[in-house]
Amino acid sequence: MDNFNDLMHGFQVALTGYHIMLMVAGVLFGILVGVLPGLGAPNGVTLLIPLTFSMDPVSAIILLASMYWGALFGGSTTSILFNIPGEPSSVATTFDGHPMAKQGRATEALSYAFLSAAFGALFGVVVITLLAGPAATFAHKFSSPEYFAVYFLAFCCFVGLGGASPFKTLVSAGMGFSLAAVGMDTISGSLRLTYGLPELVKGVSFLVAVIGLFGIGELIATMEDRLEFRGVRARVSPRDVFKTMAALPSYWVALIRSSLVGCWMGITPGGPTAASFMSYGLARRFSPRADNFGKGEPEGVISPEAADHSAGTSAMLPMLALGIPGSATAAVMMGGLMIWGLHPGPMLFVDQKSFVWGLIASMYVANVVAVLIVLFTVPLFAAILRIPFAIIAPLIVVVCFVGAWTVSSSPFDLWLAFVFGLIGYLFKKTDYPIAPLVLAMVIGDKAEDAFRQSMIIHSGSLGAFWSNWLCGTLMTLALVLLFWPLLSRLVPHRSKAIAGDAPRARE
Amino acid sequence: MRKLALLACAAALLPASVALAEWKPSKPVEFVVTAGAGGGTDIFARAVQAAVQKNNLMSQPIIVTIKGGGSGAEGYVYGKSAEGDPHKLVFGTHNMYVLPLAAKVAFTHKDLTPIAAMVFDEFLIWVKGDSPIKDSKGFVEAVKAKGGQWKMAGAQSKDSDELITKLLDKSIGAKIIYVPFKSGGEADVQVSGGHLDSHVNNPAESVGNWKAGKVRPLCVFNREPLAAGPKVTETQSWADIPTCKSQGIGIEQFQQPRIASLPGKVPAEAVTFYQDLLRKVAETPEWKDYVARTAQTGRVLIGGDLSKFIDEDYARFQTVFKEQGWLVQ
Repeated sequence: MDNFNDLMHGFQVALTGYHIMLMVAGVLFGILVGVLPGLGAPNGVTLLIPLTFSMDPVSAIILLASMYWGALFGGSTTSILFNIPGEPSSVATTFDGHPMAKQGRATEALSYAFLSAAFGALFGVVVITLLAGPAATFAHKFSSPEYFAVYFLAFCCFVGLGGASPFKTLVSAGMGFSLAAVGMDTISGSLRLTYGLPELVKGVSFLVAVIGLFGIGELIATMEDRLEFRGVRARVSPRDVFKTMAALPSYWVALIRSSLVGCWMGITPGGPTAASFMSYGLARRFSPRADNFGKGEPEGVISPEAADHSAGTSAMLPMLALGIPGSATAAVMMGGLMIWGLHPGPMLFVDQKSFVWGLIASMYVANVVAVLIVLFTVPLFAAILRIPFAIIAPLIVVVCFVGAWTVSSSPFDLWLAFVFGLIGYLFKKTDYPIAPLVLAMVIGDKAEDAFRQSMIIHSGSLGAFWSNWLCGTLMTLALVLLFWPLLSRLVPHRSKAIAGDAPRARE
Repeated sequence: MRKLALLACAAALLPASVALAEWKPSKPVEFVVTAGAGGGTDIFARAVQAAVQKNNLMSQPIIVTIKGGGSGAEGYVYGKSAEGDPHKLVFGTHNMYVLPLAAKVAFTHKDLTPIAAMVFDEFLIWVKGDSPIKDSKGFVEAVKAKGGQWKMAGAQSKDSDELITKLLDKSIGAKIIYVPFKSGGEADVQVSGGHLDSHVNNPAESVGNWKAGKVRPLCVFNREPLAAGPKVTETQSWADIPTCKSQGIGIEQFQQPRIASLPGKVPAEAVTFYQDLLRKVAETPEWKDYVARTAQTGRVLIGGDLSKFIDEDYARFQTVFKEQGWLVQ
């Protein structure tokens, strides 16, 4: 009940005219930042920080957090419409969102994305509200072996699901891991795979790779196909938004599972990007409509979106309570906290009640504000697809390269984006999956650090990963998921079903 | 009439002659942060930015850009490539001269023009809050008792934290295992969670957990105790932490300078302008508040003092790096 009283106090702080105005401004700016690829939420927060110098810390964090929610929503829009993830965490949304848009179901896809995202976000805030104390203590149980187990689990959830040939998946993931290794190595402090190029010292930016692989690769493929988006005849009617709203509750299993995955990854903290991949992988494995995944299945939009947003919101908890940022954006916000004179840590919840609970209350309000604003714009965004390809395609190219430039204002990144565009196109033509590459780039570096730290701590013994119940359970679960296709083949009934399904999945 | 014209001429000449002697930025000034967003260097640059803006110390606006890739190499290389451009101020630490020692990076500290070291961050030995170790003596005994299994968490590899660990090795005469993490914040969670035995974080990285009693400082690597200030916990302020030297650990002083530099080959007038600007910044209440809040030591080094400090610190790192076989090539 203490938490409830604190929350009510928080609402008193958050529900002032000034703060609601800040939320609307933050959300609008966030949507803009989210829609533009490259200019992600971390950049948006960085841009806004100087504005907050003269603000009260509560007002400042409300503005920054609202911008973050806006960016998370905005990022899904371009994923669905153009197959260009506006935010790294909306990569998984492209897998089914874009096919839906191509079939002329853009309004439906956008509405599913926004509604499930809002559900995930609110789920995350409720978890924060209820579990602020215990969850923070739980995150303390995590050392390097546990972190490695979390990343390993995320990877296994996604990779073990078949679809593409195992060999091609392995090649794609291998490329991703090598790309993640470029640059300064945390453990040895030396440079790897830079070939003496100063531009490679900072590593290969994940954003640049995604812009190239998805945005430019998709454009080249579309050009070859028919020089048009197949969504041209899309019906755009606000009524579709309401229809989707009515259909959403039937996906309750996916919604709840994905939100749980998101909270788990936000608190542990694996981050929203890994959460969305993991959630997509799980949905594809356990959905009755598994065959339809990748071809425009609503559940394939709902799962990553709900997980992405619940991870984004619950990542605020370890940031505030422990000073470990669960996402890149949370890291920048934490810097803001220090500038305003607040120190993240368990005492923040005791010393700065108005700040912490004002923020939590604002998360409820700002997410509702954000979903209302984005739902209102769905028909508008969907109508973009009716613009002729000859006009929209050059615009997308410009936006892609501007996005690649904004990552670190380096001309080298423009070339990288171009090369990744070609790779993306070749991958499509030769049926190599892009997703394992992207996932390996996101978590490869962190997983490697965690693995090598574990080896240093436990003097090189692999037993480190089964040294306590927490990481032991995670590792075992991960291995089970990885070998699920083999394990299920051991059961005679299942083997027939899989043999029958396999050719259909490849069609 | 002629008198008036002469006067007008003189009036017109006067500011012109002043302008010749006094350089001023003619376009927005870029503050380049050579570390990740939200880290110590970012906060340093933004504290300068806030002090300049709130006190109108400069007419041109300031843009902060984050270039922290490759442990900051990205930002220093960017500063090097901006040779002769006095509208870029690179914010960094001793990384500026330490990074080129251990990694093949495309710059040396000679490529930049150091303007001022403004503040020095401190290092302390920290253990878990409920640890039975109460002081440095207890720490030394515990490390020895573990027989080479004592685990020290730290930020980055071949940087200050690992260097201090190696110096401790020598001073104590027992081997400590060093486990590198991405940041001091991550290292802190490992120690407060009881997974690793100790770390040597800066005050700002661990103050939150100290307040909550999750970690405890044992001693500070400085000749003098830290500046007096308000109590952090119920009983202690930063000034109550003894120096490591006084407790029998043979490391007299270890501090991390925070340095602002211009690119190489910039006009001498520009150097003077920024030296004056940063001197003024150090006098502002905003700056003093930043220094006190982060429990660093405010000490401005400019010109000859600064180059002397850099040379000495560089030599010290070089010696240890050589012993450890960390020097590149």
